Amino acid sequence: MDVIWQGLKEGFLLIVAMDPELVHITLLSIQVSVSALLLAAIMGIPLGTVLALKEFPGRKTLLNITYTFMGLPPVLAGLLVFLFLSTSGPFGYFQLMFTPTAMIIAQVLLGFPIVCGLTARAVMAQPQEVFDTAATLGATRRQASWAIIRESRMGIIAALTTALGRLIAEVGAVMMVGGNIKGETRVLTTSIVLETRMGNDSSALAIGMVLLLIAFLIMLLILSLEKRTFTDERRIQIV
Amino acid sequence: MRKLGKNKLFALLLAMMFLVGVMAGCGNQAEPEKTPDKVAEQVTPTPDNPKLKLATTTSTQDSGLLDVLKPEFEKDTGYNLEIIAVGTGAAINMGEKGDVDVLLVHSRKAEDEFVAAGYGVNRKDVMYNDFLIVGPENDPAGIKGEKDIVVAMKKIVDTKSTFVSRGDDSGTHKKEKSVWDKAGITPQGDWYKSVGKGMGDTFRMANEMKAYTLIDRATFLALKDKYQLVPVVEGDASLLNPYGVIAISKDKYPNTNLEGANAFIDWMVSEKGQKMIGEYGVDKYGQQLFVPDAK
Repeated sequence: MDVIWQGLKEGFLLIVAMDPELVHITLLSIQVSVSALLLAAIMGIPLGTVLALKEFPGRKTLLNITYTFMGLPPVLAGLLVFLFLSTSGPFGYFQLMFTPTAMIIAQVLLGFPIVCGLTARAVMAQPQEVFDTAATLGATRRQASWAIIRESRMGIIAALTTALGRLIAEVGAVMMVGGNIKGETRVLTTSIVLETRMGNDSSALAIGMVLLLIAFLIMLLILSLEKRTFTDERRIQIV
Repeated sequence: MRKLGKNKLFALLLAMMFLVGVMAGCGNQAEPEKTPDKVAEQVTPTPDNPKLKLATTTSTQDSGLLDVLKPEFEKDTGYNLEIIAVGTGAAINMGEKGDVDVLLVHSRKAEDEFVAAGYGVNRKDVMYNDFLIVGPENDPAGIKGEKDIVVAMKKIVDTKSTFVSRGDDSGTHKKEKSVWDKAGITPQGDWYKSVGKGMGDTFRMANEMKAYTLIDRATFLALKDKYQLVPVVEGDASLLNPYGVIAISKDKYPNTNLEGANAFIDWMVSEKGQKMIGEYGVDKYGQQLFVPDAK
């Protein structure tokens, strides 16, 4: 119990004191995970929609592959990126190992299947009526498809929050390709691992609190997208 | 319908659990059959509390030493050894909390403090190995073959050659800090990378960055074929790395398995244990990894 109290107290003090090293670590965490999420979204949302709406050979297989990669172990993603970026690997020339860029690449690999797969599911869940109604109102195929995407936004936002949850909390990949270098590639999750390994349980808890707080703030931001476009009339009423 | 589905699921789960149980049972039965002659010649004692938890450093685990010692110790004493491999700092912390029964660590100063604070009893020297500095073949700091560690460290700083530090408060990190202290240097700057990782990962990173790092011999020999870094500084007396075993005090933690801890310590310093430690690695690496030194 002592450790937990100590951790909570230390965490609070850390946040209040704005320790420069912690601030740096926190900002880097946000930078890496949010960049990775944005890149995953830019690629994943359009691709997920296409997978859901377009009929083409191999579509089912592609979907299944996407779902499988939603469970890609972070360490494995890290290892793959490591092998490609390592000085002896095919992209070694760019000297990207142990940089935030390498961390973002690894996290995109983790986030993309989640955004893509969950977007596809959300779009597929829309009833045929949406398309039909739009068509009746004189919409072209393209406009009708757009209407479906708009109607799926709840699901797409859920995809984004799920992906963010995975990225900000992920440690295996950033540890491997970032290297946890103090002042350069150390992020919140790798700090927690390090503090735990050193036996500083209360510091680990304290950093964990900061991580949760950051995750909460980013989630609020993503969910505010929902509020702006979502009106009360669509909420299910239980009469 | 729904109820039936639930029942079916439950039945399926039960069946699976049963299957796993049967398989585990088979596994247990099959094992002694593999070595029937050995079982016959030695009777393994049955201690009252056979569960024994050891916290140790990653180097004893990663080097493969414990994989060799564990089965022999268990056969001789009947204890069931559970090994938790972490950094020395974390291992000692586990001892202070009473989460384990016995420690095998390498940081003499921290060990002495641990015993002085009343957490540990029956501390014994077991063995030592040594550290060396490895670096890239082209040796940018020009320290290859340097015998004096202080001179070597100063040259690394002067040339701003990249140096990767464990930075995790482990025994190896403490050794590195003591070497910097001895040279009168506080390492900082872009060339000094504190990575907070275990030895194997740190070696991999140093290799990738073509940097220098301090490494224990056991880990180096186990991994050297995978990486290109070569030994540059070795043999300085301050690079020796003594390991100690310590039992957790029963006064602090009455539930600790002190009998088992003492049995482990006795076995490690026994003639057989010491002989096994001294021979470990000779066939595989052509040289000793650990030098037994129990008195």
